[in-house]
Amino acid sequence: MSATTIPTAAVTRPWKARLRLEASPVQVIAALLVAAFLLAFLIVPVGRVFAAAFAAPDGGFTLVHFGDFFRTSLFIESFWNSAYVAGMSVVVASLIAVPLAVILARYRFPGAALINTLGVLPLVMPPFVGAVAMQLVFGRNGSVNLLLMDWFDVRLSLMEGLNGVVFVQALHYFPFILMNLTASLSNIDVAMEEAGQNLGAKGFTLLRTIVLPLALPGYLAGASLVFVKVFDDLATPLLLNVTNMLAPQAYLRVTSVGLGDPMGYVISVILVLVSVAAMLLAALLLRGRDYATQQRGGGGLGRRSLSRGGMVLAWCFVIPVLLLVLAPHFGILMLSFATVWSFSPLPDGFTLAHYATVLRETPQFLTNTLIYCGVAGLIDVVIGVTIAWLVLRTRLPGRRLLDLAAMSALAVPGLVLGIGILRTYFDVQMPNGVSLATTGLMLTIVYAVRRLPYALRAATAALQQVHRSLEEAAENLGAGKTTTLLRIVVPLMVGGLAAAFVTSFATAAVELSATLVLAARDVDAPLSYGIYVFMQSPAGRGPGAALGVIAVVTVAICTFIAHRIAEGERRRRSRGHNEA
Amino acid sequence: MSAAGVEIERVSFGYGRTRVLEDVSLSIAKGEFFAFLGPSGSGKTTLLRLVAGFGTPDSGRILIGGRDATKQPPWARNVGLVFQSYALWPHMTVAQNVAFGLERRRVGRAERDRRVKAALDLVGLWHLAERRPAQLSGGQQQRVAIARTLAIEPEVLLLDEPLSNLDAGLRAGVRTELVELQRRLGLTTILVTHDQEEANAAADRMAVLNEGRVLQVGAPAELYDRPVDRFVAGFLGTANLIEGVVEQGSFRAGALALPAPDAAPGRATLALRPQALALQRDGGGVPARVVRAEFLGGHVRYTLDLGEGIALTAEEPHLRGLAPIAPGTAIGLSLDAGQASLLRS
Repeated sequence: MSATTIPTAAVTRPWKARLRLEASPVQVIAALLVAAFLLAFLIVPVGRVFAAAFAAPDGGFTLVHFGDFFRTSLFIESFWNSAYVAGMSVVVASLIAVPLAVILARYRFPGAALINTLGVLPLVMPPFVGAVAMQLVFGRNGSVNLLLMDWFDVRLSLMEGLNGVVFVQALHYFPFILMNLTASLSNIDVAMEEAGQNLGAKGFTLLRTIVLPLALPGYLAGASLVFVKVFDDLATPLLLNVTNMLAPQAYLRVTSVGLGDPMGYVISVILVLVSVAAMLLAALLLRGRDYATQQRGGGGLGRRSLSRGGMVLAWCFVIPVLLLVLAPHFGILMLSFATVWSFSPLPDGFTLAHYATVLRETPQFLTNTLIYCGVAGLIDVVIGVTIAWLVLRTRLPGRRLLDLAAMSALAVPGLVLGIGILRTYFDVQMPNGVSLATTGLMLTIVYAVRRLPYALRAATAALQQVHRSLEEAAENLGAGKTTTLLRIVVPLMVGGLAAAFVTSFATAAVELSATLVLAARDVDAPLSYGIYVFMQSPAGRGPGAALGVIAVVTVAICTFIAHRIAEGERRRRSRGHNEA
Repeated sequence: MSAAGVEIERVSFGYGRTRVLEDVSLSIAKGEFFAFLGPSGSGKTTLLRLVAGFGTPDSGRILIGGRDATKQPPWARNVGLVFQSYALWPHMTVAQNVAFGLERRRVGRAERDRRVKAALDLVGLWHLAERRPAQLSGGQQQRVAIARTLAIEPEVLLLDEPLSNLDAGLRAGVRTELVELQRRLGLTTILVTHDQEEANAAADRMAVLNEGRVLQVGAPAELYDRPVDRFVAGFLGTANLIEGVVEQGSFRAGALALPAPDAAPGRATLALRPQALALQRDGGGVPARVVRAEFLGGHVRYTLDLGEGIALTAEEPHLRGLAPIAPGTAIGLSLDAGQASLLRS
């Protein structure tokens, strides 16, 4: 230690003075409130799940439940089934997304706008809504198979068992790979490719040795996300009646065997561990490969013209993919207007009755969703801004820990958080005798926790774009830290925050995994739960589809608004730069 | 390495309606260090890229080593291009970058390893062979880019603004290294630059381009001393451009008169370098008045008024004890006709 070189004033400064310098009371209170929220609704519930998985009947530590897990053939089968479905979903999604990304990023293709639309369409359709529609279109007795039977006497078993789940998930999640890979491909400096050509590489060799390795980080980011989301998903397998997978097993254990049964918790722990392992593996593979920042030259990959044959090939790929992607949208729309649709390629007749039914008999599904998700979005924005502000603009000790805790929600599947909330709050009774864990308030909080990471990243990005000098100018004119935050910083961040709010709202509106675990009564339940309940009976499929269409339209409108806000914000910013 | 000459024959090129190159013809000898010099937008980089095969001329031919390469794709030409951004692949090590071209040429493993080491030794970076490009400094990255190109033993070496991404302090040294390397290998080299000092110092000969046309070709000193038009005169250093008339075998502008026995009569422009004007403190020669004197260290730059709207810039070497002439002083000016160039209009 070179203590002798430090001025004595610093050494003898009393700890109180140091603390006063590091944080104001407002900062401390804000940090404590956020910490309490995260502790109560994320860390303690997930901790209780872990504790239950390792707890012996006498309260001590035991691995006996994990031993049971690995001795039960159903669980082992479920584990491999989940791994198979997640892995195959990545493969199938890649088969769809990689060619689309290559066409989009590297060629002048007249259907580029179409591909971009393709990349958004599946995202506005929650997979569990899509699943029912896909069965109507591609199922054993779906439109496609009925026509194929009529014409060629063959039947495609696309929707049977695990492969049905793979099919639905791949069609829903391929945009994650498409978006990441396209961004990564278009960020490659054109000189990288030309240098390869100059040294003698062409065609497929060039793609294999230069272009694809450089795009690998984007692909891995997208693929790992797809793997985790599919591995953790509960609603899609349940709706397709596939229960021999991990998430459905955990759900069935907790809901039918009971909260005391340890296996639900053991499976939850395994879900979390696999999610974290997949994310860590991706991060490990990506380390040192942030190529985008290592390239000096400007300009993305040169787009070249497609040959005639290439153009035909491209269209022959894009059109079928478009039809596949549109199939669930088309199916759910048909179903919502259908009188009877069974054993026929198209419905027998059309009616508006299903919409009337859901709007008259169960309007609370829609209003509940609007309230829960609206409030959850607001909570996310407030907490997101608070954490971003603490991290970027204060020297409060432990501020990075808050950020980490909020982000860790990414690794917690909705099902696991739901189970944890049940375990923690089930015994807390509300005045009307309902358990706190199953109230609309708790659903709102769970949605907020689940979407917080996205809102937090958006708030951090928005705050990073507000130059520090704008705040210093306000402070120079006499405004305190809090006044500056409220009067200067937040107004400047408003565009980014609005986009974060809308995104939180839209994704929460179609969240089902945690909802299924928590929602107990129809009066408190949101739209996603309503769709699930209706879809359980053949008679309810029409109204369920009508609710599904309402959900899809809501999400689509929100996505469009978020996109417009983000665009407007970018334009405003670039205009500002031009003037400066 | 088997160096080859490059013949550019009447090449024109454009993107849609935008004309980038118009009827460019150049002959670059085997082993020559040649420079394309011009401002941005002059078409110099486009011309270099055409030699490398990135783009096909709308008309004209490009011959490399006597064979017609006009329609050859980049990967079939044995022409090494060092990119302005270096374009080192970040996912490969230095050695893998250098080995890439050899692998494409199916060079055997032993021979490949030997040539990778030779190329990296040549630029003094063999000890960094296992590093990634991101771990190198800008100057080291550039040397790797050169080694990667030299490893394939190209017939022609193309350098696209090789010094522009380096710190100012490094440039002169790297430039000298480049020239020494080129001399040692006897490699036909084309350098693209917008910096006249860079081209002057490195090139045996150079072509000045502007708006897609070659204005003049020659050795650097030749172009500096005898520019053919206003653009070349102005682009290669400072020049006084004097509008006047040629009549009866001499050029006249105001009080100035210089013999021009071979020039055609009519309006003409005369170019004079500032250091070719000798100031006569005792008032001999053409009368002039000092408007402004700027002390620049090694020399003093004077702005002179010769009357009738003629203003000239003159530069005088500064020596200790020689006081700058104060503005307003009347002096004389002597001109050497041998230092003047009559420009084509």
